[in-house]
Amino acid sequence: MDTLRDEHLIPPTFQAAVKYKALFIKEGGEEEEEDDLEEEMGQPSLPNVMETAFYFEQAGIGLNKDESYYIFLALKNLINVQPIQTCRFWGKILGLEMNYIIAEVQLQEVEEDEEIAEEGEEIVGEGEKEDEAEEEDEQKEKEAEPPKSTYKPPPEIPKEANGTGTNKYVYFVCNEPGNPWVKLPPVTPAQIVCARKIKKFFTGRLDAPVVSFPPFPGNEANYLRAQIARISAGTHVSPTGFYQFANEDEEEEEGADTYEENTEFEPPPVAEMVESLATWAHHVKGILKQGRCVWINPSQKSEENDEDEEEEEEEVEEEQEERGPPLLTLISEDEGMKDIPAWTAQTSTDLIPQYSVAILRSNRWPGAYAFASGRKFENIYFGWGHKYSPENHTPELPPPAQAEFPSGPGITETVDPTVEEEMAFKAAQEEALAEAEEGEDEEGEDD
Amino acid sequence: MKPSPIRRVPTFSACAPSSQVPLSSSGRRFSPLINFMRDYRFERVWFWGCIQGVRGAYYIAEGLGPDRAAPRSRLYSLNCVDWSLLTPATKEMLALAEQVKGRFQGDPSFEYGLLLYGLFAEELDLPVMKEEARLIATIELIDREVGIVPRGAFVKTPLGAVHENRHFEGLSLAEAKKLSSYFHLTKPVNLKNKTLLEKADLDPSTDFLDSLEHDIPRGSWSIQLEKGGTVVVLRSLLWLGLTFYHVPMTKQFGYVYFGTGEKNLDLPFML
Repeated sequence: MDTLRDEHLIPPTFQAAVKYKALFIKEGGEEEEEDDLEEEMGQPSLPNVMETAFYFEQAGIGLNKDESYYIFLALKNLINVQPIQTCRFWGKILGLEMNYIIAEVQLQEVEEDEEIAEEGEEIVGEGEKEDEAEEEDEQKEKEAEPPKSTYKPPPEIPKEANGTGTNKYVYFVCNEPGNPWVKLPPVTPAQIVCARKIKKFFTGRLDAPVVSFPPFPGNEANYLRAQIARISAGTHVSPTGFYQFANEDEEEEEGADTYEENTEFEPPPVAEMVESLATWAHHVKGILKQGRCVWINPSQKSEENDEDEEEEEEEVEEEQEERGPPLLTLISEDEGMKDIPAWTAQTSTDLIPQYSVAILRSNRWPGAYAFASGRKFENIYFGWGHKYSPENHTPELPPPAQAEFPSGPGITETVDPTVEEEMAFKAAQEEALAEAEEGEDEEGEDD
Repeated sequence: MKPSPIRRVPTFSACAPSSQVPLSSSGRRFSPLINFMRDYRFERVWFWGCIQGVRGAYYIAEGLGPDRAAPRSRLYSLNCVDWSLLTPATKEMLALAEQVKGRFQGDPSFEYGLLLYGLFAEELDLPVMKEEARLIATIELIDREVGIVPRGAFVKTPLGAVHENRHFEGLSLAEAKKLSSYFHLTKPVNLKNKTLLEKADLDPSTDFLDSLEHDIPRGSWSIQLEKGGTVVVLRSLLWLGLTFYHVPMTKQFGYVYFGTGEKNLDLPFML
């Protein structure tokens, strides 16, 4: 007889069931408020996730129907909570412990005040630090100090403003549908540049540190955001002609960032979309080497510091302005890697051509897919979040050690002078002294 | 109820995100598999997975006779209608396949040029490997390195033959989260290195295979519980695309491979 009572274990299935049930609850009491909100903001577009899932299923891509539906409901919750203008299911990134479900969102323009406040705080913080540094310097002048480092880090490239370039969209992530959505911070060029050099699995926790070389400036949330930015820039495509520039003049300018839907777009037949890659075009601006979509001259910022201006102008080499491919380039101009083309196009089925869908798979970012059927198209990503490279990943080598001090005649080793040379030098010095004494009237110098 | 001889892959949430076979071919997938049982005298046939090439995909099916540890017969198809039997893998094929890098092309007659290093480079012509041979070798390597089964699912008879365990009820939820409850379904390598104390705890009928605990590098498996713990999914990080699923407390388990057929040699940098 066992007198110990078994502990009643609640399996995690029940907790999950409660979470999923919360997704299905319709907010009944807030109907009046909803009507008012809709009148003010206009209908935020909830994407039809099930329709997209149906088209991708024709190609064998996608998630379970249940999961797609849960994501659908979770997106609806997101729209109700956040002030959202447009919303899209971006995709799913797998991780070691948990996965990420990502929504691409454009927010209403309410956030500008908050951001300006944040930047103001940062500037105030820096001003305080400068005062403290000056006080310390005064104290230290009395003591002998070690030589100061002459290393000046390269000027930090500012991140792009929200709503433009790499930060055009805001991304929300959650581990499972039903979990609260977390907003990812905007991405900085330094993070993108570093993300290009490292290759790490995602663990599934947004606050996990990214331990790598070169050290990644941020934690997993920043790394995730940087990879999302790279994938979007590299693989978001649409049928050519679906988007057009708002003004024809803007095509020539580099800063063409805005495009609009072309109402007169006539979709080419599916067979043509599969045969020729010129029927697809990127609608997201590519990221330059600098880590931004629009090039900025980093030496312009140094003019603010009056003291260092002269030194920096000498040291900074003239950086060439980088130009990336303009918006709406055709994907047929994407370079392949060795003999692998950048994209693989297929129809979903060859048995029933009238209802088949054109499917694009990216070879550069395995896991990125796009489909087009008539006027409907969509991009999605399911994968681990890494770029494909035919060669193995080589981590960056540490930079060469800095030279300690410039070599000059004072510290360079030379052969010691011989005795004859020393005697000759001494004789020459005495002659010079004798001439100097005769030349001067006053004997004022000490020997 | 007799378990169906063809193991159907249940669609659980995102077993591998692009894991569903295209609808146009899923219907065609199962009917020929039944025919294989008749033609090749298989006792069990299942859909192994899909290797995505640049221009096309290979769909692979495997079949086995009564001894589950025997070398498996593999069939491949480009469109799930016409299936061809693949020859068994040889050591030379495996050695050459490890040198070939890059994606599969999607054309079985494509030839890869290999470079030979060493003394023989001058004497012999540059060897060429056909994509079909590379396919055979890749499938064999995947099965050997990351083909896994839960503990207790297979038993070894005293005569040496391996059979499915009809009494296998499934792993419990606590066991399912541990790496030591899963075995590689290949000739064991680490078993003989275990200490006598550890060997004393083993049950020779069920513990005759290597467990995943000692896989190098550590952390090359990702275990996740999906759907609130109803399904446990193991994904291999060494061969990205191999997904193993098991529903705890039931007999259901299996693995599929949906990927590009390339080994992830960057794994140590990525962990």
